[in-house]
Amino acid sequence: MIEVKNIVKKFGTFAALDNVDLRVANGELVALLGPSGSGKTTLLRIIAGLDWPDAGEVSFDGENALAHGASERHVGFVFQHYALFRHMTVFENVAFGLRVQPRAVRKDEAAIRTRVKELLDLVQLDWLSGRYPSQLSGGQRQRIALARALAIEPRILLLDEPFGALDAKVRKELRQWLRSLHQEINVTSIFVTHDQEEALEVANRVVVMDKGRIEQIGTPGDVYDNPATAFVHSFIGESIVLPVEVRDGNVELGGKPLNISADGVTSGASRLFVRRHDMAIGVPGSGAFEGAVRHVRTFGPIQRAEVALSAGEGTTVIEIDAPRDRELQSGDIVSLHPRRYRIFAGQD
Amino acid sequence: MSRGEAGPRSSLPGFGLTMGLTLTWLSVIILIPLAGLFLKSFELSFDQFWSILTSRRTLNALKISFGLAFAAAIVNLVMGTIIVWALVRYRFPGRRIFDAIVDVPFALPTAVAGVALTSLFAEKGWLGAPLAELGIKVAFTPLGIFVAMIFIGIPFVVRTVQPVLIDLDAEIEEAAASLGANRWNTVSRVILPSLVPALLTGFALAFARAVGEYGSVIFIAGNLPNVSEIAPLLIVIRLSEFRYADATAIAVVMLVASFLIIFAVNRLQRWAQTRTPAY
Repeated sequence: MIEVKNIVKKFGTFAALDNVDLRVANGELVALLGPSGSGKTTLLRIIAGLDWPDAGEVSFDGENALAHGASERHVGFVFQHYALFRHMTVFENVAFGLRVQPRAVRKDEAAIRTRVKELLDLVQLDWLSGRYPSQLSGGQRQRIALARALAIEPRILLLDEPFGALDAKVRKELRQWLRSLHQEINVTSIFVTHDQEEALEVANRVVVMDKGRIEQIGTPGDVYDNPATAFVHSFIGESIVLPVEVRDGNVELGGKPLNISADGVTSGASRLFVRRHDMAIGVPGSGAFEGAVRHVRTFGPIQRAEVALSAGEGTTVIEIDAPRDRELQSGDIVSLHPRRYRIFAGQD
Repeated sequence: MSRGEAGPRSSLPGFGLTMGLTLTWLSVIILIPLAGLFLKSFELSFDQFWSILTSRRTLNALKISFGLAFAAAIVNLVMGTIIVWALVRYRFPGRRIFDAIVDVPFALPTAVAGVALTSLFAEKGWLGAPLAELGIKVAFTPLGIFVAMIFIGIPFVVRTVQPVLIDLDAEIEEAAASLGANRWNTVSRVILPSLVPALLTGFALAFARAVGEYGSVIFIAGNLPNVSEIAPLLIVIRLSEFRYADATAIAVVMLVASFLIIFAVNRLQRWAQTRTPAY
């Protein structure tokens, strides 16, 4: 188990990590998800021993990891830009971790060859073993980087934006490949990404980070359906966000009551979050909002409508998703009602 | 279709103009003077040519020039690499000043360098006096030539390796560390092999410069025939004796030898580079 406790890391006055706690059980595949500057890579590098925290603890199976440098932690690290050794063949790249082991535990040449061959088979690139990294495609390089990291039989595998430098199609393939590889070898893995789709699709658990703090830890379903904070709600999936006022348990938009429950949010300026597909369309007068349809586009199974809400003094334009069979035309006056919604106190 | 016949159209126009200028310029500046040198040496019969070259004084001068230049380039390779490492990898007070000092041998008139080194290493000099007590004489000996050649060669190694080391991705060192490599393994198996092409270039430049060096060396060398007389000086001496053919014979040999050595280093460097192309 990886345990991270109260980690603080500052770069000058900027707090890259601000009291971060995280536990990862053996065999898990966890995603650290957040925008750039959220501290996710810094956290990964601290776990790997490539950076040192200003305060806090990191332990692997109860053993203090901070007592050791990167070379003694037995952590496999995969870099966004691969960081392969250019002057070595693919074979030698993968063999590197085995060749630099202390003499006492180093495998003999035949055993190293067998092991490298196994790893190249595992990443399905056995046929490239004599090439140099410059002769490979991006996706191939990243798979070699992964094989190289696995060669040392790491207790943890850490991947820093592993697919960030690849094009969309290769990325999608490698995602599925990584997930099945994890099922096969079951090494505890943490990967960093800013791509929510990647995180939700690959990981067993997602850690959402922002501004050096962990906002939520949960299964992919959890962070999407039950976002713990306003940040998570707006960062994961697309949301309609409306500035509202909570007054004694009632919710008002532009001074007009919406007749929905404030869900226990205390009085004051707040924000209402609704998923686009959670806005039900009804006949005028039946819902929380009234608005005029401005524009309708259809794609795939849904149609997306721009609706101008009449709210107090100004109008707010929102986009909602409706099923194709619901007749909508620009100019229609409709009523909208949030089937599911969340209200978070504060407006920034 | 007059242009089309020359081959497919290029997206980089101006080949004719730049190639023409390049050839003209290289001819005027380099090729014609060198051809003149060769022509002059043809005034000698082969036997004369051979006896000039195999005379004891010429052989010794060539041995001193090439041998000491090679040794100085080796020293510069090692020390230059260490200096580059310190300048690139660490932040210390005065780093920029040291960085600028490296260029001084480039900019200093070589005669000034020679006089400075001579007075420094003379028996009464700041460094010469303590060394003399140890029984080491530098000024007016071959050792002095060696010191001068190191002095003028150091910037070549530093300035060729520096940009390559700066561009070297810190991530490959981190990758090596995470794979369990200790510092020694990281440096010897990852960093140095990546620097090999630049190191070879630096070495070749420092060597070539030291072979041809004249100004700073003649002040400190003592210029004893067969002991501390460098080949360029011998050429000047022959010129002053109006033995132009003798001078050119030595010059041709120096030219050919330098060319062969630089060519060899170039091939080595090519070979190292094909193994480490940029992504």
